[in-house]
Amino acid sequence: MSSAAVARPVVEPRREALLPALRSIGLSVLVLAVLCALWETYKWLGERFEITHPFPVNGRTMPHVYDMVGQLFEPSRRNGPLLIEVLWDAALFTAKEAAAGFLLGAAVGFAIAVVLSESRLLQRGFLPYIVASQTIPILAIAPMVVVWINPKLPDPLAGWGAVSVIAAYLTFFPVTINTLRGLQSTDPRAVELMRSYAASRREILWKLRIPASFPFVFTALKIAAPASVVGAIIGELPSSIQDGLAGAILNFNQYYITSPESLWATNIIAAILGVTFFLVVALAERLLVRRAPEHVA
Amino acid sequence: MSTDAAAVSVTGLSKRFERGDVLALDRIDLDVQPGEFVSLIGPSGCGKSTLLRIIGDLIQPSEGEVLVNGKPAHRARLDRDYGIVFQDAVLYDWRSVAKNIALPLEMAGWDRKRREARVSEMVDLVELTGFEKHHPWQLSGGMQQRVSIARALSFSPPLLLMDEPFGALDEMTRERLNNELLRIWQETLSTVVFVTHSIAESVFLSTRVVIMSSRPGQIAGLVEIDLPHPRGPETREDARFAEHITQVRRLLRQGHALDAPEEDEAPLYVAEEGL
Repeated sequence: MSSAAVARPVVEPRREALLPALRSIGLSVLVLAVLCALWETYKWLGERFEITHPFPVNGRTMPHVYDMVGQLFEPSRRNGPLLIEVLWDAALFTAKEAAAGFLLGAAVGFAIAVVLSESRLLQRGFLPYIVASQTIPILAIAPMVVVWINPKLPDPLAGWGAVSVIAAYLTFFPVTINTLRGLQSTDPRAVELMRSYAASRREILWKLRIPASFPFVFTALKIAAPASVVGAIIGELPSSIQDGLAGAILNFNQYYITSPESLWATNIIAAILGVTFFLVVALAERLLVRRAPEHVA
Repeated sequence: MSTDAAAVSVTGLSKRFERGDVLALDRIDLDVQPGEFVSLIGPSGCGKSTLLRIIGDLIQPSEGEVLVNGKPAHRARLDRDYGIVFQDAVLYDWRSVAKNIALPLEMAGWDRKRREARVSEMVDLVELTGFEKHHPWQLSGGMQQRVSIARALSFSPPLLLMDEPFGALDEMTRERLNNELLRIWQETLSTVVFVTHSIAESVFLSTRVVIMSSRPGQIAGLVEIDLPHPRGPETREDARFAEHITQVRRLLRQGHALDAPEEDEAPLYVAEEGL
């Protein structure tokens, strides 16, 4: 009876979210257009007034945006396939490595956080080394990872498995740190309530701490997803893998003088791949985490 | 043995907080009989919440003993003898109303069918029918607190511990929930220990009001409330209601006067809302 009086209209979150989503896509497109316009304006001014600082502005240092995009639809070499076809294949290859690395890194990172959150002693002992692990340049450990991992890989992973491990090395860290924070951010009164239900430590972990950490976990996964793409590209270098984006980047680096647009075009594809990874995680968050509106990023 | 045991029996209980070396509770003795509704009232810092938490085995006393239904508090907690309600509802955002209420039942190992039957009973009891699938953030503060009460009562604990459960709600919602809480208390035959800041609330709800003084927290007096049941809005207009309020207020002021003179807190309980 009285409850009806305080009832608010039932909101349908999905439908209400559609319009703001469209609006934010529109805004992103607008910002992209403005950035391109700024690029082109600076380029025009630079060439017109012969700006030489911090660098001389010309077609090599700053190609036209439309030339970079146009380059995608030019043949990659004489009588060869279009550049976009080559880069599409390379991006798919790198995406495969990055996705495996992301999943591996997220799982390992999450598991480490759960273990550390359950033991203050382990946390105090191990956390400094987990932080230290990220101070080692990834290029410096990649050769070891390749030597250790590649020889023993089963067939479907042969050749590129080590790259995923290198990507995972970049991925696990933000996941561990944020998950740990999330697991420890649980409302102490919620823990007290669980204790009053005579909940076991494991029940408190599974039914309270882990679900409560999800907003933190997803924040970490959104950082980790593009990082896994970067990790995969870097990992390809010492593994001498030619099929991924790193091969294309190295290749077009050498020809930058004659064809700067090719490297820029490759960077665009790499960026799109990273953004795609981010968006997939953001979408998963929308579907999986049901929180008060202010908790959803 | 447990049939004639007090619902709560506190003897010689003291609590000293190491940090700051504060004596929060000083030799408290208190018995609560089964079926009683006892309110703890006193100025901020008098240790009433601390006492409630010690009874609930959420913190440990420095000295003294707490028996709940004849057993040590720790045993009672493991036997799920407590339902606890805090000032904030402390609901799980990621669970629907029904799933929040079912949470303690999951710990108690009830199967799904039994849980669902119980949840629908509890939803009826706190009058939230139709809101089972809502998430906590879609409810008003009063409704959230009802979910919290339903959750605390879901496993039929013999003892309900409430720490200022309506303190964050507006006066109208608070009065309505007071009426509902009394109805629920009578329907479920449980024992309630209730911490509050409000004299009117304590008198309206309780069979007995325990007045506490601060620093160190001691019991300054007890007032038996002999207002007839069932109580309702007309109870607040009863002459005896006003008398009891005066009694409680007087004891509070005496307890307050025992305080160190530099205590510069406003006389919290002189101006009481809703009177």
